[in-house]
Amino acid sequence: MTEQAQAGAQTDVVGGRVESRGRWRDFRRVFFGNRLALTGTAVMALFIFCALFAPIIAPYDPYEQDLTAKFAPPTSQHWLGQDELGRDILSRLIYGARVSLTAGLAAVAFATVVGTVIGVTAGYVGRWVDSVLMRLMDVILAFPTILLAIVIVTILGPSLTNAMLAVGIVNVPQLARVVRSAVITVRERDYVEAERALGAGNLQIVRTAILPNSLAPLIVQATLTLATAILDIAALSFLGLGARPPTPEWGAMLTDAFRSGFGVFVTGQHAIIFPGVAIALSVLSVNFIGDGLRDALDPRQRR
Amino acid sequence: MLIGVSVLVFFMVRLIPGDPAQILLGQTASQERVQELRAQMGLDRPLPVQYLLFVRGAVTGDLGDSIVTGRPVTEELLARFPATLELTLAAMLLAVAVGIPVGVIAAVRQYSVLDKVTSVLALTGISMPIFWLAMILIVIFTVQLQLLPFPGRTSVPISSITGLALVDSLLTLNFEGFRSALLHLIMPAVALGTIPMAIITRMTRSSMLEVMNEDYIRTAHAKGLMPRRVIFKHALRNAMLPTVTVIGLQFGLLMGGAVITETIFAWSGIGQIAYESINRRDYAMIQAVVLYGATFFVLINLLVDVLYAILDPRVRY
Repeated sequence: MTEQAQAGAQTDVVGGRVESRGRWRDFRRVFFGNRLALTGTAVMALFIFCALFAPIIAPYDPYEQDLTAKFAPPTSQHWLGQDELGRDILSRLIYGARVSLTAGLAAVAFATVVGTVIGVTAGYVGRWVDSVLMRLMDVILAFPTILLAIVIVTILGPSLTNAMLAVGIVNVPQLARVVRSAVITVRERDYVEAERALGAGNLQIVRTAILPNSLAPLIVQATLTLATAILDIAALSFLGLGARPPTPEWGAMLTDAFRSGFGVFVTGQHAIIFPGVAIALSVLSVNFIGDGLRDALDPRQRR
Repeated sequence: MLIGVSVLVFFMVRLIPGDPAQILLGQTASQERVQELRAQMGLDRPLPVQYLLFVRGAVTGDLGDSIVTGRPVTEELLARFPATLELTLAAMLLAVAVGIPVGVIAAVRQYSVLDKVTSVLALTGISMPIFWLAMILIVIFTVQLQLLPFPGRTSVPISSITGLALVDSLLTLNFEGFRSALLHLIMPAVALGTIPMAIITRMTRSSMLEVMNEDYIRTAHAKGLMPRRVIFKHALRNAMLPTVTVIGLQFGLLMGGAVITETIFAWSGIGQIAYESINRRDYAMIQAVVLYGATFFVLINLLVDVLYAILDPRVRY
């Protein structure tokens, strides 16, 4: 090992700050140099803006019906037209950003917290604890995710909250695995040994040395999970296991339009197209961000 | 693994609120009658015994009767299986037939316009809700262009032999039926196959790129082999390993996707029955679908491991 490399390893011990500042600059350069990631961030920011200020932006009440304007096509008053009950689609989409994005985020937050606890425990403690936890994760992974989510929601009762919980649960194993393998590579590093030598307890080691250094793969995986979580929650809504009418959730909007009969395919095409575009755009931008984060945080993948 | 799966399914179904005997008999049934049925169903025995009975039932194909139709659930599922098999095989075939070549071309021409376009397209494919894609297909091909029929599996009667509409119509030389069945199959297969197609494309591309940087590829080029030969014989075979794993994992996605696709296209397969039994709270049916679905998924991935050994002689079991 050269002098320099040793010095580098030491900055790790003294404080993550010295090293992380360089890393942050590096991260910004790669992430914001990636046009797709930038676009994704911009689109996501727009959606979040809509979600936050829905009551101000939305031109109409998302629940206000007008049965005389069933599937009325887009006009200058109703930019995206009206749905099967004559409700303004644009307003419903803007309010829907709240429901759909929050639901996705909540599911991922649940999966991330539980997955991290399981992953750290398995990776740090090792031995039989590791085996038991990982076998349990394998069993969950053996189920096709949507099927498992369906069963969980059936047990808990259909509601948007339970759909979020179900999607959260089925995504725990993936995150736990990522965290575990990151922890295992970090565990044997010199700086962890140094912390221990300085008399740090297990919890403190996990908090100051293990977690910060396992963060990069976790962030990437959590972002990519958010993309599938939004899709899965929409799918559960479609099956009648998520958001219930008249909630303006994007997946539920498509479902309600579909259930109104075959006429929707002929006269209500706009009621199908726009909610789907909203879902696809948000998921696509999350995927762009996730790919960008992976390139920026994982130097091995960088080209 | 299968033991773990069966234990989990068993306990999850026991967690579903409500006493099955009470549900079967209705709220007005007398307490004695409910107890009697509980005994008859084996619900009064200790849990481990119940579990063993459940496993025996699963293996012998006796998982109880559907609360809705009164027929044994396995019988119902078997009758519906060919329709789902036909749909998922068509979707998978489409995904593999398009995904692998496109992934290879994108990798060989890395950074070309083609590569960038396919990357974005593949990412878009992963980002679309499957039920939205299905509805858009119907709008375009059934309503606007009036090219493809909707809904159902065929508009011409086909006598059932294997239950696979395409095979049956050919066997009975019913070409009109074959044409109809094929046209009906296109939209559901595209809707169901798009996500796996996108994932396979991405996986093939990235594993091809990885393999192309290996020393043995440079050696093969240096030997003066035709680039085509290097790509297909030396690179693709090694790049196939991760791709095969991903293909196996796609079957899990396909099963979830089949529930949605079959519901939209009124495709009378297992997915449709799953959807119906969810809405009718037909627990015996849900239990059977999930258990057999997971078992099927585990077996597929076992098959993938075997394929691995064939593709990669270094792996031996």
